[in-house]
Amino acid sequence: MKRRLWHFHGGLRLPGHKAESMQEPIQTATLPERLTIPLQQHIGEPAEPVVEVGQRVLKGQMLARASEYISVPVHASTSGTIAAIEDRPIPHPSGLQAPCIVLDSDGQDEWIEHAPINDYTELESSALRNVIREAGIVGLGGAGFPAFIKLNPGPRNVVDTLILNGAECEPYITCDAMLMQEQPRKIIDGLLIMKHALQARRCIIALEDNKRNAHTLLVNALHEHESEFIEIIQIPTIYPTGGEKQLIKVLTGKEVPSHGLPLDIHMVCHNVGTAAAIADAIHEGKPLITRYVTVTGDAIGQPCNLEVRIGTPFEALLEQCGWRDDRNDEIIMGGPLMGFTVDNPAVPVIKTTNCILSWPTTKEQQTPMPCIRCGECARVCPAQLLPQQLYWYARAKNFDRVQDFNLFDCIECGCCAYVCPSHIPLVQYYRFAKTEIWAQERDKKKADQARERHEFRQQRIERKKQEEEERKRRKKEMLKKSQGDETGGEDSKKAAIEAAMARAKARRGEKNSPSGDKEDA
Amino acid sequence: MNLSLHSSPHMKTDNRVNRIMLAVIFALIPGILACIHFFGWGVLINISLAIITAMAAEALMLRLRKRPIKPFLLDGSALVTAILLGVAIPSLAPWWIPVLGAAFALIIAKHLYGGLGYNPFNPAMVGYAMLLIAFPREMTLWLTPELHDLTFLDNLRYTFLEQLPANWTLDGLTAATPLDAVKTQLAQNLTLTEIHQGSTELFGMISAHGWEWINLLFMLGGLVLIYMRVISWHIPLAMLTTLFLVSGLFHLNDPDAFTSPLFHLFSGATMLGAFFIATDPVTAAATNRGRIIFGIGIGLLLYIIRTWGGYPDAVAFAVLLMNMAVPTIDYYTRPRVFGESRD
Ligand code: SF4
Ligand code: SF4
Repeated sequence: MKRRLWHFHGGLRLPGHKAESMQEPIQTATLPERLTIPLQQHIGEPAEPVVEVGQRVLKGQMLARASEYISVPVHASTSGTIAAIEDRPIPHPSGLQAPCIVLDSDGQDEWIEHAPINDYTELESSALRNVIREAGIVGLGGAGFPAFIKLNPGPRNVVDTLILNGAECEPYITCDAMLMQEQPRKIIDGLLIMKHALQARRCIIALEDNKRNAHTLLVNALHEHESEFIEIIQIPTIYPTGGEKQLIKVLTGKEVPSHGLPLDIHMVCHNVGTAAAIADAIHEGKPLITRYVTVTGDAIGQPCNLEVRIGTPFEALLEQCGWRDDRNDEIIMGGPLMGFTVDNPAVPVIKTTNCILSWPTTKEQQTPMPCIRCGECARVCPAQLLPQQLYWYARAKNFDRVQDFNLFDCIECGCCAYVCPSHIPLVQYYRFAKTEIWAQERDKKKADQARERHEFRQQRIERKKQEEEERKRRKKEMLKKSQGDETGGEDSKKAAIEAAMARAKARRGEKNSPSGDKEDA
Repeated sequence: MNLSLHSSPHMKTDNRVNRIMLAVIFALIPGILACIHFFGWGVLINISLAIITAMAAEALMLRLRKRPIKPFLLDGSALVTAILLGVAIPSLAPWWIPVLGAAFALIIAKHLYGGLGYNPFNPAMVGYAMLLIAFPREMTLWLTPELHDLTFLDNLRYTFLEQLPANWTLDGLTAATPLDAVKTQLAQNLTLTEIHQGSTELFGMISAHGWEWINLLFMLGGLVLIYMRVISWHIPLAMLTTLFLVSGLFHLNDPDAFTSPLFHLFSGATMLGAFFIATDPVTAAATNRGRIIFGIGIGLLLYIIRTWGGYPDAVAFAVLLMNMAVPTIDYYTRPRVFGESRD
């Protein structure tokens, strides 16, 4: 039965360049002498170190624990000694440094004890999520959002469809395709665990029609009874069909609301790599310490996929794959459409490093020309935006208008910049505008907080003043009252004195009168 | 070690502004050849003068505005403007007509508004409209198609010295364009049937003699551009359909007072306007729905001005008027954003 599929607007048919890195089966990357494991490898808060410099750790041991809700731990990718906990360059578009745990390998690669879970179906979803969280699993497809959060639909939401995203739509990247070919059963196992955690009704594994092999292998790996609720669907190879919203549209015809989440239309989407990592965590008790990485590009002698320990420096992998180490090469983490260049080949592989791409820098960067309003960008924009208007207002720093034109629905897929005949770096402008708007909002929030704090303080001062006055008034009153009592006392004293004097007088009179009488007598 | 940093995407098409412009220029060639065939070498002389002036003006303005000269000069946009203007000018024009027009188009209509991408009005049409208003006599002296045998040198001499070979007169060589002739004679209360009988040399197989071929070939070039996805079909189709329907309506109602739809479609600058002028991305509406509205507007205005206005042809004015409406059209035709509710 051929399943009905839908289209999303725009998109690109791109040269795939996938075959290069799929010649060989996955190999394990050489164990480097030193691993640099950033404390933050995902969206959210960085983890907090629980080890000390000089301490020996085992492979799989937790190095830093989750600090906040949106946070997951990181683990040692091999056994060895903690050499430092300090800021190191990390792969990030900003090129900045960030806190990392530096681990010197002892070459023994000695595991901690594994604690697999025998029957996860006996676990409550929350307990299951906790195991997944403790294993440090984040979305391995791109953004790296902690996986356990996306397995928590909340009490009121029903999940109808759980989608496993095997659509690796960017050119060059093949790590998911390789994973699907080499570990199809593990992916399905992970999917079953997710389904249990989400109580999803049905599941879809989606991959593009250029991954025939992976499709066959997945179908073969599916058990008879599972095919009642798991569908494996091939979708047309159009970039960016692997975008969550685009994928959902293609599969179901439904659109995730603008500013909304798939959950709003009862769907959850996870990457196939995440499913495999979850299967490892539950069935084998292994935390997320390795991942598949595609190393490819024109500057790479033997493009391939490697299973890499988190924390391995890019250079080690590049060397293993015959990089020619030329100063004119650029190194990109991620794909050619959405990845970012790194300026330091020593940065480590992190949980979201799906691809390392290296090719000669295009010497002559084309000078951007003015926008000629050709509308090509709008034709290809999968979010159905008007990229040239966004560009116009972002450039003019008109941040209200740029939001009117739905800047925040832009998924930064780069389709618009890809086709722009004027070679305008459109996405760069959108990122700039987004960052500026966030900064403004942060400032505004800060200002609001400051104002609130100020008002609160004013109120407190006011209240204190009032209380003080009240206290003073009361004190005065009290004083007055007690003074009144005292005055009364004085009066009575006087009276008493007078009375005493009168009595004494009288006595004297009495006395005197006899004497007086005497005197008188 | 510092490697180079670039913003994503790290892949691009090799589509460029100058490629688009080059495609447009190639697509113009058949129509231009037809123009040369019917109106002589003057067409080529005008285009050449316009190109030279436009390039010089572009370079001058870029220098004054302190912009990089080479990429902008090579982007081809000034070339397209110059060619469009050159084609629109009558072939027997003194040299300063294309020169003034091109200079005006580039300096005033393009660069004073901020250069490529910023000009709200189609520069070629601004130049043309200026010439038409300022020099109506020179701008309406069209050679009678094919009824002359001026050599290249004869034409060149006229262009620069305004001298015609002995025993040629301007009046003998030129004639009103069919659109013009029909308009004037209709104004004299002649019926179309009478006009047809009175001046058979004006009319061809489907519309006007000579002009029908020129229009057909421009249409051919335009269709190739649509096929190559250099331009979208929305503006030409909307504009031509509107023109066809409106003129058809009036023609059916009173065939003796209103020219046929085919006459409108295949004479004057209709096809040049529909496929090459109205589709100028910089000055046209940007969304597909907007483009349809934009095209309809041009078609309507074109018919209104041709029929009741003061000028026989009106592509330039119709386009310029609709250029003014573009910001509004764009604002009200924003597409529904992905994930926004459909109402
Ligand atoms: S593709 Fe480039 S030139 Fe064309 S409208 Fe978009 S931003 Fe402008
Ligand atoms: S980067 Fe943004 S604006 Fe450009 S095509 Fe993608 S979603 Fe549209």
